[in-house]
Amino acid sequence: MHPVITVAKLCKTYTSGFRALKDVDLEIRRGEIFALLGPNGAGKTTLISIVCGIVNRTSGTVLVDGHDIVADYRLTRAMIGLVPQELTTDAFESVWNTVSFSRGLFGKPPDPTHIESVLKSLSLWERRDSKVMTLSGGMKRRLLIAKALSHEPSILFLDEPTAGVDVELRREMWALVRSLKGRGVTIILTTHYIDEAEEMADRVGVINRGEIILVEDKAELMRKLGRKQLTLELRQPLERVPDDLAGYGLELSSDRRELVYTYEVRGGDTGIRALLDALAAADIGFRDLRTTESSLEEIFVSLVSRSVSSDDKGASEIGGQARRGAATVERPTARPSNKA
Amino acid sequence: MNLHAVKAIYRFEMARTRRTLMQSIVSPVISTSLYFVVFGAAIGSRIQHVEGVAYGAFIVPGLIMLSLLTQSISNASFGIYFPRFVGTIYELLSAPVSYFEIVLAYVGAAATKSIVLGLIILATAALFVPLSIEHPAWMVLFLVLTSVTFSLLGFVIGIWADGFEKLQLVPLLIVTPLTFLGGSFYSIAMLPPVWQTLSLFNPVVYLVSGFRWSFYGLADVSVGVSLGMTLVFMAFFIAIVAWIFRTGYRLKT
Repeated sequence: MHPVITVAKLCKTYTSGFRALKDVDLEIRRGEIFALLGPNGAGKTTLISIVCGIVNRTSGTVLVDGHDIVADYRLTRAMIGLVPQELTTDAFESVWNTVSFSRGLFGKPPDPTHIESVLKSLSLWERRDSKVMTLSGGMKRRLLIAKALSHEPSILFLDEPTAGVDVELRREMWALVRSLKGRGVTIILTTHYIDEAEEMADRVGVINRGEIILVEDKAELMRKLGRKQLTLELRQPLERVPDDLAGYGLELSSDRRELVYTYEVRGGDTGIRALLDALAAADIGFRDLRTTESSLEEIFVSLVSRSVSSDDKGASEIGGQARRGAATVERPTARPSNKA
Repeated sequence: MNLHAVKAIYRFEMARTRRTLMQSIVSPVISTSLYFVVFGAAIGSRIQHVEGVAYGAFIVPGLIMLSLLTQSISNASFGIYFPRFVGTIYELLSAPVSYFEIVLAYVGAAATKSIVLGLIILATAALFVPLSIEHPAWMVLFLVLTSVTFSLLGFVIGIWADGFEKLQLVPLLIVTPLTFLGGSFYSIAMLPPVWQTLSLFNPVVYLVSGFRWSFYGLADVSVGVSLGMTLVFMAFFIAIVAWIFRTGYRLKT
């Protein structure tokens, strides 16, 4: 089965000279939820905008279901629904009219039953006759999704879909996205909320400074790059980690009652058995133990930091003539309390 | 052709006219009525006839043309500028619509509004002065061609403008003065020879002249020249619109 979106050697240089995308290669599989992560200015919105036809590419190719986005723009655009990052709506129109307008714009004949179904699924049915300007921020966000779904797209781009929405609504949106996936819609999601990607995505792509750093199955990514920690609750507080255990890289908690052992998930031998034997030999007993694993957020920050430092190193090796300033890695917003 | 999209945009634009009825229809009608009071009653009492036509009736085609030009530009420029201003243009750019369909819908809606307005002003004028239309088909032709041509100009302005001030710049500083100096309220034959010659460089002269000819059979230039010039302006603005879409000027980066 060929991918539903194929991006090859895609470059975008704005008239200011800024290179937003550098030889981006990416394939999106049919029916998956793909999360595109990256710090601000990484190129996420530029990439989406090119695929949707809002921004011109400088070079490279983008195929949607095997069709070129420029040569066959009617075919490709009709397949795509876009929920933009900004809350851009027609303030003076009614909810019903603006959603119906979107359906017509994408070449579909009027279908009140479908519009009704979309509005109901997004809890907007009761407000169908309200002017858009009277809606709350969360409702406007849902309205943008309703507009994007009005023409029954098979591919849906969600650019920061849950920015500024409350916990309940966010969960409703996640449920909606899952139901769309269940109907075979391919979903490409950009988000700052890593927990959202962790919750929803089948695969994750990380983009930084216009380059795709990594594309991986979410579970595989977390298995490969994730690290686990084993925390041992000691029977007796320790003054310091004994020298015999130095090779395990153990950390002693500030209250001296816990030992923390960090190990790689990948590979067969985690070293836990040897550690436990060594602890027994050193006569260090423990009452309880627990394991924790790194979140996607930690993996993301680690990847982006690594990308920035390798870039800077590369620039330095060239001679530092065009050395970029130290990039700031914006830590994505974590919302642990919202996690479903 | 994506007819559903053309219909959707057209209806959307026409719906805005209905929402802003005072601004779109009532306000220009009141302004035109005031012109009749000032020019028709006050000045008309001193200038009885122009080439055998009562002055009040003589200025009707010019007044309609004045509203037609300004409203066509205003409707079309606002129609495309507003989505750019609020950001909803993303939807238009990502939709499976061709440039031709976009222009057809926006310019079609703007021209429709202007034509309806022109007909309303014509009906209003009939309340003030006795009117006759010698060549109704030509009158409709000039009405339609002028509305479409200046809606195209409005579309160009709506793309070019990067602020509301610029939307008003061309209509207020260029089109309105040219209309006033283009024989709307007088025949250019009434001017000294030098000014008559200079007037021929004013494109509005050809529009007003042709339109007035369709009413009374009076023209400052021949009707063929008027029609030809109108078509030249239309072709010129179509070429600019085509260039805008080819290059993505102010629409796509």
